[in-house]
Amino acid sequence: MIEVKELSKTYQLGKVDVHAMIDVSFRIDAGEFVAVMGPSGSGKSTLMNLLGCLDLPSSGSYLLESLDIRTLSPNQQADVRNKRIGFVFQNFNLLPRASALENVELPLLYGRVSNSHTIAREALERVGLAERAMHRPNELSGGERQRVAIARAIVNNPAIVLADEPTGNLDTRTGIEIIKIFSRLNAEGTTIIIVTHERDVASKARRIIQMKDGRIHQDMLAEGIVA
Amino acid sequence: MLIYDLFKMALRSLIANTMRTFLTTLGMIIGVASVISMISIGEGARQQTLSTISKFGTNIITVKPGRKKTRHVSSDSVQTLLLSDADAIEEHVSLITGVAAQVYRPAQLKFGNKNTNTTVRGTGRDYAKLANFVLDRGRYFTKEEIVSARRVAVVGATVVKNLFIDKNPIGQELKVDGNNYLVIGVMIAKGALSWYDPDDQIFIPVTTAQKRLFGMNHVQSIDVQAGKIEDMEVIKKDIDKLLRSRHGIREGSDSDYHVQNSSQWLNSWGDAAKTFTYLLGGIAGISLLVGGIGIMNIMLVSITERTREIGIRIAIGAKKSEIMEQFLIESVLISFIGGGAGIILGILISRTVSKIGGWETIVSMQSILLAFGFSVVVGIFFGFYPARKAANLNPIDALRYE
Repeated sequence: MIEVKELSKTYQLGKVDVHAMIDVSFRIDAGEFVAVMGPSGSGKSTLMNLLGCLDLPSSGSYLLESLDIRTLSPNQQADVRNKRIGFVFQNFNLLPRASALENVELPLLYGRVSNSHTIAREALERVGLAERAMHRPNELSGGERQRVAIARAIVNNPAIVLADEPTGNLDTRTGIEIIKIFSRLNAEGTTIIIVTHERDVASKARRIIQMKDGRIHQDMLAEGIVA
Repeated sequence: MLIYDLFKMALRSLIANTMRTFLTTLGMIIGVASVISMISIGEGARQQTLSTISKFGTNIITVKPGRKKTRHVSSDSVQTLLLSDADAIEEHVSLITGVAAQVYRPAQLKFGNKNTNTTVRGTGRDYAKLANFVLDRGRYFTKEEIVSARRVAVVGATVVKNLFIDKNPIGQELKVDGNNYLVIGVMIAKGALSWYDPDDQIFIPVTTAQKRLFGMNHVQSIDVQAGKIEDMEVIKKDIDKLLRSRHGIREGSDSDYHVQNSSQWLNSWGDAAKTFTYLLGGIAGISLLVGGIGIMNIMLVSITERTREIGIRIAIGAKKSEIMEQFLIESVLISFIGGGAGIILGILISRTVSKIGGWETIVSMQSILLAFGFSVVVGIFFGFYPARKAANLNPIDALRYE
């Protein structure tokens, strides 16, 4: 599903080269639930941006469903973001002036998918928010907003869902609910990669990748999980 | 589907900032309205000038004496055209429907205790027809009266107003430079131009004017009416040929007269008025340009405010072209709304101007299309740079933007 080989990312800050990621290699198969952990500055965000096609690596290769991302044109990359990747952000990132349903519908519109209304409504049902479809984000609670964001991420049936600190802005109880939704989606077959620094959250994943100083520090299967 | 959604989004963001959108749109409204109203005023002035000028007849060829240069000294009194030239033209040139030789000078008129200065025009039988004058009352002078140089006069409407007031002028004796003239007819008013009032003159037989009033043998102009406008060039050539032989001037050398075409005169007037219209429209166009800069300004603000939204859209798969489309739609929408409202305002302004100012204004479909088209082009042009800026945003930075 995902195959990353010797992936490196170097930023130039003035005259100084910052090595945000060095020689990262791993494989993630379909249906996995992976947590990426590590202190800030360890390269987690860089990894997420590269996996999410928002940024290109300085060197190394990234295969997503056997597509070599580095060889794609900007428009093809946009297509990959649209159809094969779903994003969930810490601060939800919903369009404030659009209703929940319209937010969920947006990727379908960009993907030129017909019947977008029905599909978006089904996605909202999957996260249990069908009755709030017509509300705008400022009329929803934090947990509800994140569920709208998840519905938006899965509406195009992507190969992977990338979640960057999805519980970071939520209280513990709501955070647990959101993680439950991820677990359920994973059980239904969606591949999920979640960046977090919370052990509780990570513990729900089946595999934990620890990052440190731009490298993979540890890559292990989580304990206490019934396969 | 996507276009519809982008359109909806653009409309929504415009509505969300009502005041800002209104002010930006106002720039376009004023621009379009001023283009339309200015052009309508210019067009109105042009049409009015042309229609008044054409009242004098468009199928008239005028022969005027020219200054004959003799050893680089031009003689001041030009007396080359004679009444007999007019008679010869009438007799020998074909395709014409009338000839009127003229002499004219200002003179003082007196009736009772009233005085006025006006133009006295000595002319022939055909003049009224050539100059589109119509008799209101009485009659025009006869051939016999011309031959015997009788002191009879047909007066213009302004003269009637100035001298006779309520009296019926017909049959009254009028003093022209001290001599009595019998008023035999009154002309219907043609209406004055700002610089010339054709009704402020009296008409007397050309012979009377030459012999009894002005003391001259020559004529100052000969108007020739063409039967058809298409024949005017041929007639001009025939007149030229005839006068050359009569005046003994060889082909190729300078003649002592000019042959002019009234439609040429009309055209050059029309061109001048058109230039005036373009000038007015051009000045108004500048305000449209300023309105466009207003759009660009507000789009740049809007894009900065919505940096994060742009980041979100890129993250969920919007292509650069689609981001650009979104913001172009917004700026074009502003210019569309502004253009539409500007058309209405422009029409209202030109109506008001013609009502209050008494000017004729003409709102042409062309000026509406021009102003509206220009406003849309301005919207695209000034929306393009902000839209491209939006499309080129780095999604990672955009998503982090607070």
